[in-house]
Amino acid sequence: MSATGHETAQHAVQLGLPELPAEPYPAEVRERLDPDAAAIVARYPQSRSALLPLLHLVQSEEGFVSRTGIRYCAEQLGLTTAEVTAVATFYTMYRRRPAGEYHVGVCTNTLCAVLGGDQIFAELQQHLGIGNNETTEDGSVSLEHIECNAACDYAPVVMVNWEFFDNQDPASAKQLVDDLRAGAEVTPTRGAKLCSFKETARILAGFPDGRPGAVDESGAGGAPSMAGLRLAHGETLPGTGPAKVVAPRQQESAEEPSETEGDEA
Amino acid sequence: MTATHPEKLLAPVLSATWGEEKPWTLATYRAHDGYKGLHEALRMNPDDVIALVKDAGLRGRGGAGFPTGMKWQFIPQGDGKPHYLVVNADESEPGTCKDIPLLFANPHSLIEGMIIASWAIRCSHAFIYLRGETVPVLRRLHAAVQEAYDAGYLGQNVLGSGFDLDITVHAGAGAYICGEETALLDSLEGRRGQPRLRPPFPAVAGLYACPTVVNNVESIASVPAILHRGKDWFRSMGSEKSPGFTLYSLSGHVTNPGQYEAPLGVTLRQLLDISGGVREGHRLKFWTPGGSSTPMFTDQHLDVPLDYEGVGAAGSMLGTKALQVFDETTCVVRAVTRWTEFYAHESCGKCTPCREGTYWLVQLLRGIEAGEGVPGDLEKLQDIADNINGKSFCALGDGAASPIFSSLQFFRDEYEQHLRERRCPFDPSASTVWAGTRGRRNAAGKDRSPEDDPPGDRGRDGRNGDFDQSENGVMA
Repeated sequence: MSATGHETAQHAVQLGLPELPAEPYPAEVRERLDPDAAAIVARYPQSRSALLPLLHLVQSEEGFVSRTGIRYCAEQLGLTTAEVTAVATFYTMYRRRPAGEYHVGVCTNTLCAVLGGDQIFAELQQHLGIGNNETTEDGSVSLEHIECNAACDYAPVVMVNWEFFDNQDPASAKQLVDDLRAGAEVTPTRGAKLCSFKETARILAGFPDGRPGAVDESGAGGAPSMAGLRLAHGETLPGTGPAKVVAPRQQESAEEPSETEGDEA
Repeated sequence: MTATHPEKLLAPVLSATWGEEKPWTLATYRAHDGYKGLHEALRMNPDDVIALVKDAGLRGRGGAGFPTGMKWQFIPQGDGKPHYLVVNADESEPGTCKDIPLLFANPHSLIEGMIIASWAIRCSHAFIYLRGETVPVLRRLHAAVQEAYDAGYLGQNVLGSGFDLDITVHAGAGAYICGEETALLDSLEGRRGQPRLRPPFPAVAGLYACPTVVNNVESIASVPAILHRGKDWFRSMGSEKSPGFTLYSLSGHVTNPGQYEAPLGVTLRQLLDISGGVREGHRLKFWTPGGSSTPMFTDQHLDVPLDYEGVGAAGSMLGTKALQVFDETTCVVRAVTRWTEFYAHESCGKCTPCREGTYWLVQLLRGIEAGEGVPGDLEKLQDIADNINGKSFCALGDGAASPIFSSLQFFRDEYEQHLRERRCPFDPSASTVWAGTRGRRNAAGKDRSPEDDPPGDRGRDGRNGDFDQSENGVMA
């Protein structure tokens, strides 16, 4: 293959010497990470099981999985960096470039896409001036189209730092990213008040969210989660009563207040 | 109107407490008979617990429908090896959205079920493999497991029984394939999530090559109620071969998407009847009974009983009971293309038919959807799908072939229309949620072409009669 194909890539082709080994973390970072890494390894009968959470841990340090992070994981588990790299590159949540402080994922799998996810994703790209898997210049927001996130009854779905923003439309999604960039407090429909991408990665590494009340935020689920239960209790849903006139999604917020307290967050 | 009373049709068990005050807490769970099933189990011999779950007829809720008690029974006892229970909470099948809301609202049902299952199979370390992209659920699982430790349900000497159990919550990192049980085990061992050759089955050589049970969240969460209320109660719901209750997840172009917990064997028509039907002014075009990997159905299948046998006999699979409903504004080629892109993206690369086949399916489908298809493409699609189905290493390949086969079976004319007109005849904006208001105006008589002239319908033989039938309930 000629070099022309590579010229558009971010880094020019390096001929000659292979890449030098990554630098280790500075001593103070290692001192901070070591107890966490030991706690992770202790959760498992065999140490290698700790690799996925360790990768989340190094991602919580840098906002992505760097070569240094890979080296750190390898050293903790007695693996080669090649072995760790093979794993890190298999899973989509491990980023190879820094995420924004808020990582926005728009579901564009079939159901969300058809219900409007494609349009949301297109308009967000235009609005933010970035493409898929890119980050805004100020580093505040990165954007990615994601696969089905198990929230189809709330479609179209947007995730920010893996918290649910249900029932989005282009206007609400643009407002959402504007708020994120402005540093305004943003509350998911299901989940806790947003923390940064790095802090989220730490929860994924298995360290519980220590913020008071975070577990209890946003109730047990929105209207779709409660739909069957309400019918079983003899209540009516929008559009199922005598007057079938309601377009449900638009009216949820207006109709909901008393029954599902978690819903209005 | 064949009025089915929702109160009679539905049977909330796992979802029964979701409307209560903080249902995710131990206090609320216990106030509604929580952990009574565990007390019952610990009074029993572990083998009797296995026998009870087997006799109750509980079948796996993750897609395959394998009897849960039998899976437990396969674990060799007295072999001197550690035994493991691994809960598959990697819910990622497109359309599937039951375990995540269940764990968000009621995580203790899973934890109690895990303790009972661990007692039964003599396991002292159990794992929850939760997909990583759902942090709100992870947060509640962390809290619930801690609560269970603090209350003496976990740790050393569970409730004075002499049995020890630890539960580790493990967050995945984004890979659909890890929902396949052997790929999940490799992933849990810190490797790339690629499926293993079977045999040996996990029951013999699973996690760390030790006997392992891998169960879906909903399967395990259904166990406490069986212990507490008995197998006869469980068998009073559903059918002989598919007893019990389950979560049906309705999504897409419906008036009220959401979770509907009911005895196995309800029909989509019944669920639409009670929930407000397809979104107003539109009609059902196609739907999946259990996620994108289950062959799609059409309005011919509204009365198929949604249990393992019923859906199987109609040519599909119950799968995860993810009822994704699409109306006449949806281009089936677009839908299938997107699903196929998903399978290509998620193919782990281990076996050639799946890795290469899904790639080429995507190339063909994108061409057809963009109006660049050529004669022979449909035969080629069918041929490639045929070379994936049953010939790939795991079920991901079969799943990728399902939407191809079933859409060609029911909507071949729509593919042909794409080829003939060299364009997609659908307006994607008509299928969005926010097209709803405009759609209603159209129904009231204004212009706009896409809804008024849905392509594909014309050529579908023998279908038009069904549209009238669908008035009673299926259409809002």
